[in-house]
Amino acid sequence: MPSVKKYDAIVVGGGHNGLTAAAYLAKAGKKVLVLERRYVLGGAAVTEEVFPGFKFSVCSYVVSLMKPNVMRELMLPKFGLELLPLESTFTPLDNDYLIRTADADETYREIARHSVRDAEAYMRFGPAMGQIGMAVRPILETIAPNAIRPSLSDLSKTKKLLDHFKTLSSEQFEYLTKLMTMSSADFLDEWFEFEPLKASMSASGIIGTFMGPRSPGSAYVMLHHYMGDIDGSFRAWGFQRGGTGEVSMAIARSASHFGAEIMTEAPVEKVIVKNGKAVGVALENGDEYQSDIVISGLDPKLTFLKMVDENDLPSDFVTDIKNFRIRGSSGKVNLALDGLPDFTCLPGEGHHLRGAISISPSYDHLERAYDDAKYGNFSQEPYMDIILPSVLDPEMAPPGKHVMSCFVQYAPYDIKGGWNDQKREAFGDAVVNTIARFAPNIKDIILHRQVLTPADIESTFGLTEGNIFHGELTLQQLFALRPAVKWADYSTPIRNYYQCGSGTHPGGGITGSPGEMAAKKILGVWK
Amino acid sequence: MSYKNEFTGITQLRLSPFFERTSKLNEPQEWKRWGGYLAATSYELHHDNEYFAIRTKAALLDISPLKKYIIEGPDAQKFLDRLVTRNIKICKVGQVMYTPWCDEDGKVIDDGTVQRLSENKFRITSAEPNLDWIQHNAAGMDLTITDDSYTTAALALQGPNSRDILNAVASDSLDSLKFFWMMDTTFDDIPVSISRTGYTGDLGYEIWMDPKDALSVWDLLLEKGKSFGITPTGLNALDISRIEAGLILLDVDYVSSRHAIIESRKSSPFEVGLGWAVKMKKKDFIGKKALEAELARGPEWNFVGIEIQWHELEQHYRKAGLAPGLPCTAWRTSTPLYKGSEQVGYATSGAWSPILKRYIALAHVKSEYASEGSELMFELKVEHFRKLTPAKVVKTPFFDPERKRSCPV
Repeated sequence: MPSVKKYDAIVVGGGHNGLTAAAYLAKAGKKVLVLERRYVLGGAAVTEEVFPGFKFSVCSYVVSLMKPNVMRELMLPKFGLELLPLESTFTPLDNDYLIRTADADETYREIARHSVRDAEAYMRFGPAMGQIGMAVRPILETIAPNAIRPSLSDLSKTKKLLDHFKTLSSEQFEYLTKLMTMSSADFLDEWFEFEPLKASMSASGIIGTFMGPRSPGSAYVMLHHYMGDIDGSFRAWGFQRGGTGEVSMAIARSASHFGAEIMTEAPVEKVIVKNGKAVGVALENGDEYQSDIVISGLDPKLTFLKMVDENDLPSDFVTDIKNFRIRGSSGKVNLALDGLPDFTCLPGEGHHLRGAISISPSYDHLERAYDDAKYGNFSQEPYMDIILPSVLDPEMAPPGKHVMSCFVQYAPYDIKGGWNDQKREAFGDAVVNTIARFAPNIKDIILHRQVLTPADIESTFGLTEGNIFHGELTLQQLFALRPAVKWADYSTPIRNYYQCGSGTHPGGGITGSPGEMAAKKILGVWK
Repeated sequence: MSYKNEFTGITQLRLSPFFERTSKLNEPQEWKRWGGYLAATSYELHHDNEYFAIRTKAALLDISPLKKYIIEGPDAQKFLDRLVTRNIKICKVGQVMYTPWCDEDGKVIDDGTVQRLSENKFRITSAEPNLDWIQHNAAGMDLTITDDSYTTAALALQGPNSRDILNAVASDSLDSLKFFWMMDTTFDDIPVSISRTGYTGDLGYEIWMDPKDALSVWDLLLEKGKSFGITPTGLNALDISRIEAGLILLDVDYVSSRHAIIESRKSSPFEVGLGWAVKMKKKDFIGKKALEAELARGPEWNFVGIEIQWHELEQHYRKAGLAPGLPCTAWRTSTPLYKGSEQVGYATSGAWSPILKRYIALAHVKSEYASEGSELMFELKVEHFRKLTPAKVVKTPFFDPERKRSCPV
């Protein structure tokens, strides 16, 4: 028997952006219901005890882009947001290593071992990118305008942005243009010469993207990773105590505090649309809930091609959404360890295990990994971004044991012959073998291994094709084009149906930003 | 990374019983002076990790420079009850009390803890040497006063995992030890006292021991604490956490009335936020009359927490084309607070709180502007130019986790 209850707003999907939108709406006094398909909240920002005693940030694993005003406005520190510094990036090489830390002198010395020129350039690079981050900040904080039929307010905010761009220095403008168009490799070649340094830095240009460091457009993805700041310092990565799921839980606690209702294990089957207007949702179990508006935190493919009927949407829009690029390019391998990895190039324990460990010895390493994927295979020697959360937060693993999180690229969603159990294990083996090249003891200390292919990420977390950003962060699908022209301001062709996931402006990562801006947009037009 | 540039040096300052270990671990070799000792500023090149050890793991701090005095004898309780503002008569054996003590004018001399070690034996800790003041006031009393500063070494173990570590090291469980109580136990065969006290506002303990056992205790804690994330921690991290906890520091947030030179530098307990620790119902204590009079006319100053408002702070920096310039260490520069064009107070220490994501400070504010929610203007320098930016009076402690006081059931 269908239950009926009236809400002001229903949020489909309890990911961090859906929860953020819910919290803002509830804070504004709206009666809000969040419906999450899984037993646990957070979407891709989730912590799960995959093996007894071993907790993993199963998908998304670091935080740098969380918006400071969201933290404050939703009082997230009070509800459990605790970001621990991830202070270094360690790139193991076959006979040497590169490390960059939070300390400028140490970083200078370490880079200068390889290239004095690079060490000096590196000191200029950070501030330069920080200034670019400041320069683009107003774009990120603006609700994207309708570029085809702009409203008056669209015109005025576009003018504001243009005025802002007039204030940029010619140097800022030059960098910005380059970052928008170049490959990360080409961009970094203008600055640096030591290949492992360039390769490690270029890696942030390929994360979550089906591109190599030499693909044009990858420089923008790199910039996207520079736009976050923690406590005022740009490009500071953090690890949430208890895993990234605790970020989601902090937002959920805030939403509940403001009065939002949150239901887990409540999969939504369809958004109910009547006369071109969203009026509620139907759950898979047949329950129905009515509301004035419905907000989808899902990716654009699910939001428009699954939750509603194509017939309710304009056909050109459907085409845009079908063309929206959301190719899965990465996998995740989570290891439960009996001890710490021992790197041949820098044996023993030390600070290098407290930050990111980047398996990116050269451009060629990354490009070859990409080549495998281009032709429908997972990388035999993948690029990896590894962290050891238990070193920062001992509660992630039993005393003396450790957890290791490996973000692995490339693992194409469309793998030749499709993903299956053998391929998954072979992929896991390729990951372990690649780590073993630099830390041979890894094979002896693995207690458990969780391998997530893009297909697993799709089926478990509902990310189409396993794409971590709800769609690639390439120029043709950013800002006023994300996810489609005319519908980049969180509204949709269906009245009272809104979107607030990473597939909307300003895109992926644990930012809270799409959720916040969608809620502010909705509250702005709510009659 | 693994540069081990060893060196030896000479210092005129005192070395703590833990120095043999701490000096090897101090990577920046940065030291501060604390009570005539060398005390580590931070052990790593940056104090971030040490700060988060206090809040998320366990931080190990050498607090041996604290001044310590043993008061023993039939009149010990009577004497201390007269010396300090708290009610020592109700302090049970094994209990600890935090308290200020005043001169006859009711102005604070120092603050510290009083531990009741047995019926007639107490230990009092202080920031500055106080032996002279203590002896001076003990005339005619049946007791002995011993300077314990160099005969007891002390460590603070602070942070959410501190209890787990002590349970792994000590021969007795710490589970039922309550906030501001202490117990005797052993680490292997080494006798130690553990008080559930600290200067961080978190779950934490202070461990008191014979200096000859200092290195063994240090080693045991580091060994057993490793899997709980024990982290040697210096004063930079401590300073941020004590501000978050709203705890005052002598010579920073107030001046001892014994060194004040001028009257206006002196503060009553009410003026440094310690009114709660003044027990006016007590028959007599040093400074009571003056404090009675002050209460009757109302204290002129109040000591409060303020929060510098983010939005306007960010705007100031944005106008200069910069990201918000937040202090990465605690500051101790007296900073004016205004109401309109009138200066109505000054902040004495402040910090960006990494855990609260708030810019906080401790401040002396004229009583009429000191109520919670009161809006003041805080002086800020952005690119060498002075700006005023809003700050609000808020409750302290800024950070007050439940674990600070709770016990496992």
